[in-house]
Amino acid sequence: MKKYTYTESKDTRSGFGAGLAELGRTNPNVVALCADLIGSLKMDKFIEENPERFFQIGIAEANMIGIAAGLTIGGKIPFTGTFANFSTGRVYDQIRQSVAYSDKNVKICASHAGLTLGEDGATHQILEDIGLMKMLPGMTVINTCDYNQTEAATIAIAAHEGPVYLRFGRPVVPIYMPKHTDTEHENKFVIGKAIQLTEGADVTIVATGHLVWEALQASEQLEKLGISAEVLNMHTIKPLDAEAVLASVAKTGCVVTAEEHNYMGGLGESIAGVLAKNNPIPQEFVAVNDSFGESGTPAQLMEKYGLNNASIVAAVQKVLTRK
Amino acid sequence: MEVAKLNAIVSQTRRDILRMVHKVNSGHPGGSLGCTEFLVALYNEVLELKEGEFDMDGLHEDVFFLSNGHISPVFYSVLAHRGYFPVAELATFRLLNSRLQGHPTTHEGLPGVRIASGSLGQGLSNALGAAQAKKLNGDDKLVYTLHGDGELQEGQNWEAIMYASAKKVDNLIATVDFNGQQIDGSTDHVLNMGDLAAKFTAFGWDVLHVKKGNDIEAVINGLKEAKSRTGKGKPVCILLHTVMGNGVDFMMHTHAWHGKAPNDEQLAIGLSQNPETLGDY
Repeated sequence: MKKYTYTESKDTRSGFGAGLAELGRTNPNVVALCADLIGSLKMDKFIEENPERFFQIGIAEANMIGIAAGLTIGGKIPFTGTFANFSTGRVYDQIRQSVAYSDKNVKICASHAGLTLGEDGATHQILEDIGLMKMLPGMTVINTCDYNQTEAATIAIAAHEGPVYLRFGRPVVPIYMPKHTDTEHENKFVIGKAIQLTEGADVTIVATGHLVWEALQASEQLEKLGISAEVLNMHTIKPLDAEAVLASVAKTGCVVTAEEHNYMGGLGESIAGVLAKNNPIPQEFVAVNDSFGESGTPAQLMEKYGLNNASIVAAVQKVLTRK
Repeated sequence: MEVAKLNAIVSQTRRDILRMVHKVNSGHPGGSLGCTEFLVALYNEVLELKEGEFDMDGLHEDVFFLSNGHISPVFYSVLAHRGYFPVAELATFRLLNSRLQGHPTTHEGLPGVRIASGSLGQGLSNALGAAQAKKLNGDDKLVYTLHGDGELQEGQNWEAIMYASAKKVDNLIATVDFNGQQIDGSTDHVLNMGDLAAKFTAFGWDVLHVKKGNDIEAVINGLKEAKSRTGKGKPVCILLHTVMGNGVDFMMHTHAWHGKAPNDEQLAIGLSQNPETLGDY
């Protein structure tokens, strides 16, 4: 089985900052907006290099989304930046009417998603945002797994016409996906195209965001137990690469989905929908079980809420008994 | 355009509004009738518009955002008579498969509409974005908006009002339909907003009143005065004093016709008070 290693770790939000800075240099239509979280979103470089194309909105997220929608009228490509909770739940109706229903080319970029935000606790740890965003017609929903993939996705969504929700996180995590400049790499980022990280015969693990690395760790442990796992990096939750899922489960006959999100409304639910319609096979969900989070370190929280590699191994063992 | 000609459009627009809401027994005639002079003046005398096919980006032309989207009947009628789409299409208002949805939307590709509105309080933010895009594009044309006064109860407006002056968005003229009415009663009764002019002024806006918001000449003069105040570092606000339901005597000075259509008999009375000038659709 293919092994993934890493030599460097960084936060995914820094990948966003790097991608945005790159866009600042290459695409004059890209503008950025922030609601008083420049440092957290790593937007400093873009602002330093393109001060006239940056809009500091203040702590007023509803106004930020509305202004972003307005900026598209005039040909701008606005990237909004704030925490995932304030990017979605707080401004759902603004996104629904001014962005999604109006089909505006706004890129909603959201950091600090999920439990790994850590000590700030449940007020800031949104676990419902993928569901909120994927339910909006026309919205593309992306949850990236590492620095390189986040940088690549940030650059890719500028070239995609239409509203996008780009979700990433706070903690430092291993870098194991290719740089966006490596356009020939088999694991390169393409919106809507799942990346098969390992080949396997017994179970398909479909993971998104920070859980992709955990899935790879789990697959190595499973190999030692004689279980061959095929890991799919499902960075794009909508539009979902159903073909990749169906091709994989045709070989393996069962699936475990893994995400830093409530099991309701998340990636797992989208996969379940595909399977129910096409190939109903056993599925287990590694996700938050319909609860809020709490304060703690990211590792403690991922352990307590069952979102680490050990949870994936256990879910695989369970789903294999249901085949 | 001559005043008589503008008033002819006003009369026809009022007929359109009444007939549109009557036909589908739904929609919002009160605010539509009250803002008829404003929208007729804006689109026929004030806005600097490019001729030819509708252009979403609105580069090098004035753009308008209707924030109180429920007064779609007057918006649609004025757009149609200004040539954005066939006047005959007004007959499809609120019908299945129509581009003339209950509230304006870009979703069906209706020319003249640049963003959806209906869920209140979002239009000023949208306009701020468009105004700032104009500045980035070196486009010296203006952005105009219309808002209900009751709509100002939505908090997002005050985020936008604060932002507009802080960022010196001075290529923007926001008009408030100051009719003192909302669905549940007078604005004073539902949620008294105090002195709106003082509030806008305190938030750093240049505020002017148009006392006769249903007098086409007064509206034009007010809009031209507002335009002369743009480009001076402050966003401009017009408090447009109108009468909800204006032009149909039994609909005036009450919130009762905010979102209620006339019956056959009421329609006949309303039409008799607004002569056909340009031909009914």
